[in-house]
Amino acid sequence: MDNLSILIAGRAGDGIDKSSLIIGDILASLGYRVYIYRDYPSVIRGGHTFSIIRCSGDKIAAHKDAVDILLALNQDSIDFHKSRLSDKSIIIYDSNSVKSDKGTGIPVGAIIKETGGLDLMRNSCIIGAMCRAIGVDKDAMENVFRKDMSREIDLNLKVAFRGFSEAKELIKIEKLKQKILPLVTGSEAIGRGLIKGGMKTYIAYPMTPSSGVLHFLAGAAEEFSLKVIHPENEIAVMLMAMGFSYAGERVAVGTSGGGFCLMTEGLSFSGMAELPVVVLLGQRPGPSTGLPTYTGQTELNFALSAGQGEFSRFVAAPGDAEEAYYWSAVSLNMAWKYQIPAIILCDKTLNEGTYSFDEDLAGKIDSRGPLLWDKKSEYKRYQNTKNGISPLAFPSDKGAIVKVNSYEHDEFGVTTEDKDLTVMMQDKRLRKAGYLLEELEQYETVKIYGSKDSPTALLFWGSNKGVCVEAGEKLGLRVVQPIVFSPFPLKQFKEALRGVKKIICVENNATGQLADFVKCYGINADERILKYDGRPFSLDELEQKLQVSLQG
Amino acid sequence: MKNVNLATYAKNTWCPGCGNFAILNSIKAVLGELIEEGLPAENIVIVSGIGCHAKIADYLNVNSFYSLHGRVVPVCEAIKIANPKLKVIGFAGDGDTYGEGLEHLIFAAKRGIDINIIIHNNRVYGLTTGQYTPTSPLGFKGRSTPAGTKELPINPLELMMAGKAGFIARGYSHGIEFLKKIFKEALAHEGFSLVDVLQVCVTFFNMYDYYNKRVYELKDHDPGDYKQAMEKIREWDYNIDSKIPLGVFYKKRPSNDKA
Repeated sequence: MDNLSILIAGRAGDGIDKSSLIIGDILASLGYRVYIYRDYPSVIRGGHTFSIIRCSGDKIAAHKDAVDILLALNQDSIDFHKSRLSDKSIIIYDSNSVKSDKGTGIPVGAIIKETGGLDLMRNSCIIGAMCRAIGVDKDAMENVFRKDMSREIDLNLKVAFRGFSEAKELIKIEKLKQKILPLVTGSEAIGRGLIKGGMKTYIAYPMTPSSGVLHFLAGAAEEFSLKVIHPENEIAVMLMAMGFSYAGERVAVGTSGGGFCLMTEGLSFSGMAELPVVVLLGQRPGPSTGLPTYTGQTELNFALSAGQGEFSRFVAAPGDAEEAYYWSAVSLNMAWKYQIPAIILCDKTLNEGTYSFDEDLAGKIDSRGPLLWDKKSEYKRYQNTKNGISPLAFPSDKGAIVKVNSYEHDEFGVTTEDKDLTVMMQDKRLRKAGYLLEELEQYETVKIYGSKDSPTALLFWGSNKGVCVEAGEKLGLRVVQPIVFSPFPLKQFKEALRGVKKIICVENNATGQLADFVKCYGINADERILKYDGRPFSLDELEQKLQVSLQG
Repeated sequence: MKNVNLATYAKNTWCPGCGNFAILNSIKAVLGELIEEGLPAENIVIVSGIGCHAKIADYLNVNSFYSLHGRVVPVCEAIKIANPKLKVIGFAGDGDTYGEGLEHLIFAAKRGIDINIIIHNNRVYGLTTGQYTPTSPLGFKGRSTPAGTKELPINPLELMMAGKAGFIARGYSHGIEFLKKIFKEALAHEGFSLVDVLQVCVTFFNMYDYYNKRVYELKDHDPGDYKQAMEKIREWDYNIDSKIPLGVFYKKRPSNDKA
C-alpha cells in the first residue's frame, strides 16, 4: 500500500483540523507526499466538518471522492460519507456513539473516561487506532504527537496508545526511501514567499480565505521583524499600504473579493502614484458574501480590470504551495522594480489546502532591489525615462523632495491638466508593462505537464493544478497552466498550445473566465468543464468528466 | 523664516479671499520656524485629500502625498509607523474627513499615533461647487439640498473627545498669528492631534461676518481637564448662534504612539 485516502469527520469545533494535520504529519514522516483537503461550514460550533488526507509516493495536490479509510467520531460521519466507501474501505468508529454494521468499533468514549482524558482527545484515540490499522509503528506516531501537540501531550498519548491497542493491523503502509518534506498550508507558503520577497509590513482586515495568511504572519512577526497591522477596514488597509510604500517599506495586503471591492480606489491610486503594493486576493464563490468558507475561481476578470482608469499591473495565479511561495516573492520584486500594483490570485483550495512543500522545487528568487535615486541630480519622483521607471527616493532622504499625487502630475509630482504632459505621463506609466513582459520571458509563466505532444490540451489555472495535472497525466493529455495573466505572456502561451487540436478548459467558476480571457487572443476553448458549487474538483470526478469530453 | 523658501512653482488657484491662504501662510511660517530650529526639512511630510484644501500639497515645497477624498488619515498613520522620525501633517476638508473618511479619523484618534490632522472646515463642498457637509448648519441650502437640509450638523470635536483624541483645538482663518500659535502647539504635541479650522469659503459659504461677531479665544481654560474641555467644546454645536470659542480645548499627557 503506497497510496491512501483517509477521511476524518466530526462536528465543527471537534478538532478535526488539528487531527488531520497530525495524520498528515505521520504519513509525511514515512516519506509520503501529502495533501489535505478541508471542508467546513461557516459556523464556529456544530455543523458537519471533515478533512480528507491523501498520501502518495509522488507529489499530489488533489483529493479523491473514494476513501480507503473513514474515521468516524459521530453518526453523521458515517451516514454522510457512505457513498465514498467500497468493500475494501476500512472504517474505524467510536462504538460508544456511532452505529455501524461494518468496520472496527473502538470504545472511544469509555477509553476517555477510563484514562481521565478530555472529550477533545477522542481524536487522539481514533488516530491511535488508525495507526495500528494501517501498520504505523507506535514510535512514529509518538514522535509526531510530541512535535505537533502543545498541551497535555502525555495524556493524549495515553489515549492514543489505548486506541492503538484496541485495533488490529489490517494493512501495512510501507516506509518510503525519499526526502521527508514538511507540510505547509498555502497560506503559510504565501506568507513565507512574501517574507522571502522582502516584505516588512503586512496589512489586512480579516476575511476568509485570506485570514490564514494574516494569522500566520502575525504569529511570525517577531521572528521576522514584521509589522502586521489590522486596521478599521479594507479602504484603510490599502491606503495604509500606500503610505508604507511611499515611506520605502515593502508592503503587502490580503483580502477576499468583498474587501478587494473596497480596495479598488487605492489600487487605482497605486497605478497613478506608481507606489508598489502586493495584493493577495483570496477568491470565493460569489456574488456578494456568497459561500465564505468554500472555494471558487471567480475573480480573474475582477483582478485584471479592478480600479478606475488605465494602468499597468502584475497579476499571477499560483497553483500549489511551491508556486505560491515563489510567485509571492516574485510579485513583490516585480511590484517594486516596475512601481506597480501586483495581485496574487488565490482561493480556499490553495490557501487552506495542506501540501508537502519542497523549497528546492520552488525556484530561485532574484533579490535585486529597485532603481534608486543617485543622490546627485535634482530629484523628480516621476522622471520620464526610456522604460518608464523613475528612480525612487523616500521621505527623509536628504536633498530630495518626494511628491506623489493621485491627480495627473508633472515629473516633480505637481498637479497638471496640461494635455501634452497628460499624454507623456500616461505613456510613461503604461510603457512599464512592455518591459515587464520582456523580463517575464526569463520566467516560467506558462507551464506544461503530461503528454507534451498530445493534440488535446487541458487548460487550467490556479488551485486546480493538483487535480488537473494528475487527471491529465493519467489520460495522456497535454496539460497547460498559464500563471501570469497581466501582462499576458501570449508568446509563451501560444507556444505551449502549438499543434493542439482540441482545448478543454477546466475552471471553478460558472462562466469560464479563463476561456473567455484567452478568446480575446483568438484562442478558442472547445469545451469548458466548470464547477461552481463551492467545492473543488475531486480526482475521480474530473477524470470522469474529462472522459466524457474526450469521447464526445 | 527668511532663509527657508517653502513655495513651489505651482500657480495658486484658490479664490481671492479664500480662508485656505491663512492656513497655508500659517503652516509655512510654522514649518519655516521649525526648520530654523533644527527640524530637517526632508523629515517633513504633508498629506492632503481631495478638495480645495488639498491643493496645499502642490503649494508647499516639502515631501507630499496628494491622496484620495477622505483618505488622508490612514496614509498619515502608515507613514509615521514606517518611519517614526518623520513629522507627518495631514490636511483634510470637512466633507473629506468628517464625511467620506470619518471612520479613519476616529480610529486614528483611538490609536494615538503621533500625527497631526488639520481640518479646513468651511462647512461646504467647494470644489464640487456648493453642497452641504457634515458640519453645515440645519437648513443649509446647497445645490444638492435646495430646500435646505433637514439634519443637524455633527460636532466633530465632541466626536474626537469620544474617540480618545489626545489634542483637540479650534482655529479660525481670520488672523494668522493665532492660527500659527495653535499649529505650533499641535505639532509639538506627542501623539494624535486634531485642529479644526473654521476656514471661510468666500464663494459658497461666506461666514466671515457671522464668525467675527461670535468667536473668542479661550482664557483661563485648563486643557488637561476633560470636563472643562467637554464643556467648552459643547458651547457651540456648529448650529446654534452662540459664542464660538477658539483655542486648545483638550490636551492629554504624551500618549503611547509606539506601533
